[in-house]
Amino acid sequence: MATTSIYGENPYKEDVRTHTISVLVDNEPGVLARVIGLFSGRGYNIESLTVAETRHRQGLSRITIVTSGTHMIIEQIKAQLGRLVPVHSVSDLTIEGPSVSRELALVKVDGVGEKRVEALRIADIFRARAVDATTESFVFEIVGDTEKLDAFVELMKPLGLVDLSRTGVVAIARGPESMAGQDN
Amino acid sequence: MANVEMTGSEIVIKALLDQGVEVVFGYPGGAVLPIYDEIFKQNKLRHVLVRQEGGAVHAAEGYARSSGKVGCVLVTSGPGATNAVTGLLDAMMDSVPLVCLTGQVPTHLIGNDAFQEADTTGITRPCTKHNYLVKSIEDLPRIMHEAFYVARSGRPGPVVIDLPKDVLMDLGAYTPPTKVKHKSYNPVVKGDTAAIKEAVKMLSKAKKPIIYAGGGVVNSGPGASQLLKQFTQLTGFPITLTLMGLGAYPASDKQFLGMLGMHGTYEANMAMHDCDVMVAIGARFDDRITGRLDAFSPGSKKIHIDIDPSSINKSVAVDLAVIGDVAHVLEDMIKVWRTSQAKVDQKALKNWWKQIDDWRAKDCLAYQQDKKVIKPQLAIQRLYELTKKRKDVYITTEVGQHQMWAAQHFKFEKPNHWMTSGGLGTMGYGLPAAMGVQMAHPDALVVDIAGEASILMNIQEMATLAQYRLPVKVFILNNQYMGMVRQWQELLHGSRYSESYMEALPDFVKLAESFGGVGLRVTDPAKLDDAIMEMIETDNSVILDVAVSPEENCFPMIPSGAAHNEMIFGADVDTENAIAEEGMVLV
Repeated sequence: MATTSIYGENPYKEDVRTHTISVLVDNEPGVLARVIGLFSGRGYNIESLTVAETRHRQGLSRITIVTSGTHMIIEQIKAQLGRLVPVHSVSDLTIEGPSVSRELALVKVDGVGEKRVEALRIADIFRARAVDATTESFVFEIVGDTEKLDAFVELMKPLGLVDLSRTGVVAIARGPESMAGQDN
Repeated sequence: MANVEMTGSEIVIKALLDQGVEVVFGYPGGAVLPIYDEIFKQNKLRHVLVRQEGGAVHAAEGYARSSGKVGCVLVTSGPGATNAVTGLLDAMMDSVPLVCLTGQVPTHLIGNDAFQEADTTGITRPCTKHNYLVKSIEDLPRIMHEAFYVARSGRPGPVVIDLPKDVLMDLGAYTPPTKVKHKSYNPVVKGDTAAIKEAVKMLSKAKKPIIYAGGGVVNSGPGASQLLKQFTQLTGFPITLTLMGLGAYPASDKQFLGMLGMHGTYEANMAMHDCDVMVAIGARFDDRITGRLDAFSPGSKKIHIDIDPSSINKSVAVDLAVIGDVAHVLEDMIKVWRTSQAKVDQKALKNWWKQIDDWRAKDCLAYQQDKKVIKPQLAIQRLYELTKKRKDVYITTEVGQHQMWAAQHFKFEKPNHWMTSGGLGTMGYGLPAAMGVQMAHPDALVVDIAGEASILMNIQEMATLAQYRLPVKVFILNNQYMGMVRQWQELLHGSRYSESYMEALPDFVKLAESFGGVGLRVTDPAKLDDAIMEMIETDNSVILDVAVSPEENCFPMIPSGAAHNEMIFGADVDTENAIAEEGMVLV
């Protein structure tokens, strides 16, 4: 920063942390735009965002957002999300107890000879599946947490990585309880 | 009943009436003609034809804020909707309950760049509390009722309903409003008991307490102001109000320290800075209130009562939050205070008051009198003195110096009598807002305290005043400058008055006359009272053009980037070095 802010330095010198937030919303037109607009309009980060309908009968969708910020910003993000009319509930999976998160990637690798064999071998180690193959290419499907996918992609780079598509993170709390805001 | 088929337009009118709407402010156009046809066929719902859609939204804001009801707006598609945007954001920032009906092109043309098409829900999404695009007649009755519920519940705000023309002409069944719980939006109104007990405990232990209340008290209804008064007098604590909160506590009471913030009083800001326990009630720690954040009330424990959880810890971290409606929470706090027989340290409180009285003795709102030129502060003071005995006086303002002088020098005893654009700071707000106030209170005296620059932003509404015989008084403090811009240029930019001089001003007397009103002008301080009396006694819309000293500044002031205890005053200001270099980057 060229000049220090006149509003003063952040008095709560906290680390910026990454949080995974789950949001249960009405599956209605514009709801995703509302959520995304809130993040861009207020200057929050979106590291990944996934959305799909999860309860068809009730017309509910679940949005999983990975975001980062100081404690105050994360709290503000949750409060702002909670204030949106079609939002049923907001839960911070990072702090509300243990959770699992997964991401899926489709990884296209071109190559022949030794590199092709090496790619297959590494895919095996990572439990990635080949879902498409030609004589000079593979498409691997890999599921795991973000770090695992990152590591796999790094290893594929020198072996002929040409294309990559990732879903972004989906996450859910461990244990028997369901997220608030959905009636069974 | 439910089986009778009605057109979409009939459903709209029926729903408005069932929601208790009496007046709608609007402007017709192609997409909403079916609704206008329906308005023509009935005589229960009054329509006020404004001269620009922006005026309709501000008028509905004035109506809503002075009456406590939901304001209602009707505009056409495309430019009708985009002209309404400023007013919608104004209502959003100041938490004013509105329902704005916008026309839309027929559903099959949406996305086609049709004539007068705009992505209204897209454009208004960040400046409304919620919005709807009605795609089918089946959804229309539910959405109409839900919109009113959303607008007035929790922290109030504007709601847009975008109505495609084919939906308005389609046939469907009407369903009356029901008490069914909303599936996702159910704000908490009752405060948490444990938190309320803790708040009372913290306050009763305070040695230097302060109550800092805002617009949330006004929004919570007249009962909340009564409870605030009870609580303040029960505790004996000093109280300050934000710009939005003026009137929530009687200004004439000795426990009232005046407004706080950038142009607030010395005593209010010093007390905020030095207090040991602060309770914020329906206020949101806006940057105009806090000044420099890291120097904001550094030694105090802070309690925050607010209905909107996102207001908590947004800019200032608080020690205790009570989420709930102000009236409910205050009622419980008073109960707990009484039953727990909370006792404050009277000796400490006495010392605190002594300190406050010392600050008061500074007489921070004093200004240099002048025999030849009317001082703007004097004009406001005289307006107040000459109207204070009247039963019902409503004040609206535009935005700028005159607004701050009005807030400083006009004393409000009751809530809902002061309408000003606080959050967004919209020039051109005051005249249409006054129009809306006058519609809600036909027999009251409604004065728009204006500047000569702001008033020109919605001057066309003078024609609306004439059409509906609304006797609104426009009280212009005419200094021939955009006063607040000029003041900042003087303090921050070496008195380089870039584009802040209002050249070629109209003759406001003739202008008023051309619109069918009465125009008055006063330049001599000795004739000020007569001019004000003539304005009040004229049974018509009036513009009183008060020529005031052109280079008067609005003080006291917390300069940008300064703390509450670093105010500058009219008498001792060194305009060259008033604001540090870093302050320049701030608004």
